[in-house]
Amino acid sequence: MSEAIVSEKQRKEYAAIVSRVKPKPRVWRNMFWAFVVGGLICLIGQVFYNYFLSLGLSLNQAGAATSSSLVFIAAFLTGLGLYDEVSRFGGAGGIVPITGFANSMVASALEYRAEGLIFGVGARLFTIAGPVLVWGITTAWVAGILYYFFR
Amino acid sequence: MGVFKKNGSQTVWFENPPVIISTASVVGPQEGEGPLGKTFDKVFYDTYCDEETWEKAEQRLMLEAMKKALQKANLQEKDIDFMLAGDLLNQIVSANFTASALSIPFLGLYGACSTMYEGMALGAMLIDGGFAARVLVGASSHYSTAERQFRFPTELGVQRPMTAQWTVTGAGAVVLAEKGSGPVITHATIGRVIDMGQADPQDMGAVMAPAAADTIVRHLQDTGRAYDYYDLIYTGDLGTYGKKLADHLLRQQGYDISDRFTDCGILIYSGAQDVHAGGSGCGCSAVVTCGYLIEKLKDGSYKRLLGIGTGSLHSPCSVQQGSTIPGIGHALVIEAR
Repeated sequence: MSEAIVSEKQRKEYAAIVSRVKPKPRVWRNMFWAFVVGGLICLIGQVFYNYFLSLGLSLNQAGAATSSSLVFIAAFLTGLGLYDEVSRFGGAGGIVPITGFANSMVASALEYRAEGLIFGVGARLFTIAGPVLVWGITTAWVAGILYYFFR
Repeated sequence: MGVFKKNGSQTVWFENPPVIISTASVVGPQEGEGPLGKTFDKVFYDTYCDEETWEKAEQRLMLEAMKKALQKANLQEKDIDFMLAGDLLNQIVSANFTASALSIPFLGLYGACSTMYEGMALGAMLIDGGFAARVLVGASSHYSTAERQFRFPTELGVQRPMTAQWTVTGAGAVVLAEKGSGPVITHATIGRVIDMGQADPQDMGAVMAPAAADTIVRHLQDTGRAYDYYDLIYTGDLGTYGKKLADHLLRQQGYDISDRFTDCGILIYSGAQDVHAGGSGCGCSAVVTCGYLIEKLKDGSYKRLLGIGTGSLHSPCSVQQGSTIPGIGHALVIEAR
């Protein structure tokens, strides 16, 4: 390290040391809890769904009502500062379901509220959720075209 | 006139070592609950610190630390020649806004998490160079303002990797003077910026460890001292894994300092606080130095310290564009008098 400019060889050697020292992510443990937390959220959704069906709602209506209920609960927990704990613990289990999507929007809204309703909340509401929408819709569009030509 | 107060390539020494006549540290709740909780001057039990936004809370932390340091030295703002301060936020707003509340000529600094040490080195040079009799130095960081700027909204659910560190909510301030009683700064080793090709902002220990190790080696070579001249050698915020890496790099170069080597980011939180690799941020080295370490010098536990303020010099934009992250480390020798 006697020269200010670090050589590529030194960088490679250092990267090897870093990967030795760095703790390995606990994949199996994280996957287990993602399964439990994600599964639990789906179970709660199923309970809501069955309940709405028992009230006489149609399948479509019950689905929409279930989604809205889960989104509301996630938004509420985010406001109370609790949902980040769910995802911190459950990882993808808390991020992937619709509740994670609600969390990403409410967290942004809370964070940027101090910068005003237009350029704060308005402009930054989709900071986290935006990429999911853009690439989700793009993927659906590509799949739709492929389906049209190759079905 | 030659450069007569410089030894070797990077180390300056002070003819009349500037005195740390007072220090102050103000922190947030999590730091207050940590193992060093009792060494801080003030603990806020809410991260908003009685303000409306986290940005204002960070300014409040810095202003309170600055005022407390002045008050402990029995000084007014007009008794100070220069104020040197910095923080992590864009355009160092916390320092700028704090300076606007104090009528002291101000120089803003950015050295990422090494800012406190950069400031103390420069302050000591101003004093020993004969440009100032008293200098006020400070640095701050806040978990929530740093999360927002560098990472994600605070309430967003994410799983942080084990190498990630927790930004310290807190501010430290120091009054340096040409005379008075207290520990003195005898040397400063200004670090070189070193980019070892690391690019993960969630693993800043790996980014900064080579710079810290380089500065330690340079310092020992420039001064011709053995590492055991010091009772304690500590880095600012390498965290658990960064410290291991620095240890490794130092051993590669023939220096085994592990019997007296620690890190402020490891000291400030306990393992039970679930902060992963430890504390980080300008506030980390600032509050641990201004609280715990100065206390240890004053009660005689340590006589000579070598402290290295470490900084990870990236921006969110540089990271997203795929640039690697350079690191820096500035060393100060602080001795009890």
